[in-house]
This record gives sequence, structure tokens and C-alpha cells, in this order.
Amino acid sequence: MQQHILNIIYMLGSVSFIFGIKMLGKPESAKKGNLIAAVGMGIAIIGTIFLYESNGKGLTNYPWIFGGLIVGTVIGTLMAKKVKMTGMPQMVSFFNGMGGACAALISLVEFNHLSHEADFTDAEPTHLIIIFLGLVIGSISFAGSMIAYGKLDEKIKDKTLPLQQVINIGLLLVILGIAGAASFGFFDTPNVLFLILGLSLLYGVLFVMPIGGADMPVVISLLNSFTGVAAAMGGFLYDNKVMLFGGILVGSAGTLLTVVMCKAMNRSLTNVLIGNFGGGSKSTGESKSISGSIREVSISDAAVLMKYSKKVVIVPGYGLAVAQAQHVCHELEQTLEEEGVEVKYAIHPVAGRMPGHMNVLLAESNVSYDKLVEMDDINPEFKTTDVVLIVGANDVVNPAAKTDPSSPIYGMPILSVEDAAHTIVMKRSMKAGYAGIENELFYNPKNRMLFGDAKKTLTELVSELKNI
Amino acid sequence: METFITFLSENQLMVYLVILMIFLGIELIEKVPSVLHTPLMSGANAIHGVVIIGAIIIMGQADNIYATVLGFIAVVLGTLNVVGGFVVTDRMLEMFKKKKK
Repeated sequence: MQQHILNIIYMLGSVSFIFGIKMLGKPESAKKGNLIAAVGMGIAIIGTIFLYESNGKGLTNYPWIFGGLIVGTVIGTLMAKKVKMTGMPQMVSFFNGMGGACAALISLVEFNHLSHEADFTDAEPTHLIIIFLGLVIGSISFAGSMIAYGKLDEKIKDKTLPLQQVINIGLLLVILGIAGAASFGFFDTPNVLFLILGLSLLYGVLFVMPIGGADMPVVISLLNSFTGVAAAMGGFLYDNKVMLFGGILVGSAGTLLTVVMCKAMNRSLTNVLIGNFGGGSKSTGESKSISGSIREVSISDAAVLMKYSKKVVIVPGYGLAVAQAQHVCHELEQTLEEEGVEVKYAIHPVAGRMPGHMNVLLAESNVSYDKLVEMDDINPEFKTTDVVLIVGANDVVNPAAKTDPSSPIYGMPILSVEDAAHTIVMKRSMKAGYAGIENELFYNPKNRMLFGDAKKTLTELVSELKNI
Repeated sequence: METFITFLSENQLMVYLVILMIFLGIELIEKVPSVLHTPLMSGANAIHGVVIIGAIIIMGQADNIYATVLGFIAVVLGTLNVVGGFVVTDRMLEMFKKKKK
């Protein structure tokens, strides 16, 4: 009876995941969808603790189970509540890595069970394959996610070894070879498990290391689907439908999401994984030297220019988020509107660090939702725009993406700010953007530079506007 | 080769489930506006935290120190994935709450 109730609970859990993901795909229902999936997860966990039986025996060690759940809940909630909106992407990567590590640990313990009871080489090869796959995929996901986390947090720099791709592919083949041979009993020492663990962790590191920062969202999405597959391996191991269900669902949805994200950035997945975007692009930057000089503008001139405009478009970038300037930016927008200037925000699909990241940041500072215009809708409007104010954005307004085939970002859809009558770029220095390349927009005769910290400069701009 | 064929045949239902799930996952994600990519990724991230169930099972069956320690760590990490994932997603989705008409 107990087992039947648990089965029904797992069914409800699985259905809640489907509804959850479906509803997360629409702005109106997204919040509710997340809640539904969370409730489904909650009942599946509670059901497992109290109703799970294997060979007629229920679970024991309740203090340990609840202890672990409480520790995880407290730390998880604190981390998730405390993280700044700008740090969201690395937080997702971190939690993803935790799931991967969890899957790898399950494999370690299950293998230990096998090798304790008898010689593990006597076990079913398929059973061993599932355990090894869970270990390999989980460890890669864990190590890769941690590197992605470090990169987004700017603790780890891009590094490319010579012949990186050859090494990576070779290493992957070695791992699969050893795991395959071990499954069929070619190794008689259980320590082969630790060899596989070590090599998989190493592969995870080498896999993400050379991929440039701008492509990190794609990598996180891919590792996310890896963890899904690792979780599904657990489903096979325990003949547990809800683990299989949730894992495969995330695995396939995550893979498609990765492809969709690549499309939004106009890049193919192979290109992201092998192209060494950003990391090894320094040599290509020399192919076209930029001539011309940059012109600075004073704050009062910038204020006058904007005040007597009809239409101003603000292009927010990650720099705005780092300077925590979204609130001042909203103030600038309100001040200009009071003067009768039409203000809009142009949101590039990958503004910030991830698709949709900028919308979250601006919404946090009460910018009205309908002022945020997506790239395809705003691009035709630049021709009738008087001033474009670019705050801390760089690569998404680089015309090289359209004009210079040798540029690493060539082909990426960008905001056509050069169509506007004037552009003002607000930046801390002439440092290159995330992709590590020069921006010819800065040398455009129509462009003016406004150097300084985004928050400070915007505040001065607002008070200047009020004084005129 | 034979082991695989037996495996597939013995686990028919699971294999069917996997195939259907793959297509369902693809169906669910198509035509999602790019604004929602990050929350969706984060939500999916929380859902694969279902791996916690495996961690609870090994913890509940642990009878030696090795399994107890690793099982405990697995439960903590799995919970981090689930709770952290859902809370972060919820915070991201705050933006859609006060949508102006």
C-alpha cells in the first residue's frame, strides 16, 4: 500500500514538473509555474523520506536525512536571497554544480555497495554503465559549473592550452574507454572508480576553461542539461520514475534552450564550444586597425544635448549593473520625461550576462515594463532618435559585428545605434568589452565619450539636467 | 551486445518514457521569449535537483561510515540545488508581478 501511495506521489511530482516548465515559458504564469514545480518537488521529497521501501525495508538514519535537509535549506535560502541581481548567473551555475556533485556522490556510494558485497566485476555491465555514466556526467557538470562560476565572478581568467581541442577530445575518449572497460570487468580493482572520478573532474575544468566569458550563459545552459541527464541515471539506478522524468525533461529542454540561446546570439553550438570566443581572439583583432580619434563630451554639454532632444534611447549594459546605477538611470529617465523627451530602453538579447538578465535588473528599480524594447523592435527606431545614451555596454553596439568579417563577434546581431543622430558612450575607460575587442563606434564622428563611473556620472547628469 | 538487448527489453517502459520525455522537453521550450531564457534555465536547474531523492535513498540505507558521510554531503548538496534553485528563480520572476497594462 505504502509503495502505491509513493508511486502516486511521484506521478503528481512528475506532472508538476511538466506544468512548471510549461508555465515558466510565459511571462504571466512564470511565477506560478515555478511555485508549482517547487511544491511537486517538496511532496516527492517528503514522500520518499517516509514511504520509500526497498526489499520490505524502509529508510533509516532520519536524523542524518533531516539534518542534511535543514543545513542545505538554510544555506541555499541564504545564498539565494543574499546574492545581488547582478550575480544571478553565477548563482545558477553554482547550484547546478551542486546537483552534479550530488549525482556523482550517489554513484560513488552505489559502486561502494557493489564492491563490498562481492567482486564488482560480477555485477551486470548495464548496471555498472549507469553508475559510471552518473559519475562521469555528474563530475563534469560539477567541475565545469564551478569554473563557469569562477569566470562569471571574475575570479578565473580564460586559459587555452596548445592543442586544447585535441587534448579535450582525447581525454573524453580515455574516460569513456576506461569506464566501458571497467563495466565489462577488464579492471579488477575497485580503485578504477577514483581514476574515472579524477579524469572526469579534470575534463570538466578543461572543457570550460578555454570558453570565453561572453559565451558562459550557453555553457551553463549546456551543463544544466548535463546534470539533468546525470539525475536521470539515478532514476535508472533506483527504478525511480520521478528522477528519470525530471532528469530527462531538464536534459532535453536544457539542450534545446542551449540551441535557442545560441540562435539569439547568432552563433552555432559547435562554434561556441570549439571557437574559443574571446579567449584566443587577440590575434584576429589586428586584422583591421581602427583609425580616427575619440572625442570627449562634458556633462553639461551632454545634458543640454539630451534636454533639447525629442527622443532619447538608453542602451544599458553590464557596466550599469556593476555600478548599481539602475536606480539613477530610472531617475534620469523620469527627469527627461518631465522635460517632454520620449525615453526608451533598448534591450539586447544578451545585455547583462544572460538573456533576460537586464530586464530583471531594470524591473528591480521600477522601470516600467513597456519602456523596455527588444532589439528587433528598436533597431528601425534609431533613425528617428536624437541621442542614444550607452551606459556600460560595449560589444552589443559594436558595428564590427556587421562590417568586419574577421572580427570574433562578426554575425552577432547588434543594436544599430550608429543610425541615430548622436551617440554618447558612458564608460569607465577605453578598456575593451567582454569579448576583448576594440569598438569602432567610439571613433565614429557622431559619437562622444563620457568617461567615469556610471552611477556617479548619471547622478551628475541628472542634477545638471534639473539645473538648466 | 546481448546484455544491452536484454537491458532494453527488461526496461522497456523506462526507455519509452525517456524517448517521450525528450520530445516533451523540446515541445515545452519552443517559442519562449528571450526575456524568459534565464528564469527558465534557473527553473530547470531547480527541477534537476530531483537527484536529491537518490541522495535521500542512499542516506536512508547507509550502514557504514563511508556511505553515511558521502550520503550526508549528497543530501546537503542536493538540497542546495533544489532550494537555492527555486528561490533564485522566484526572485528573478519578481519582475513580472507588477506588470503595467
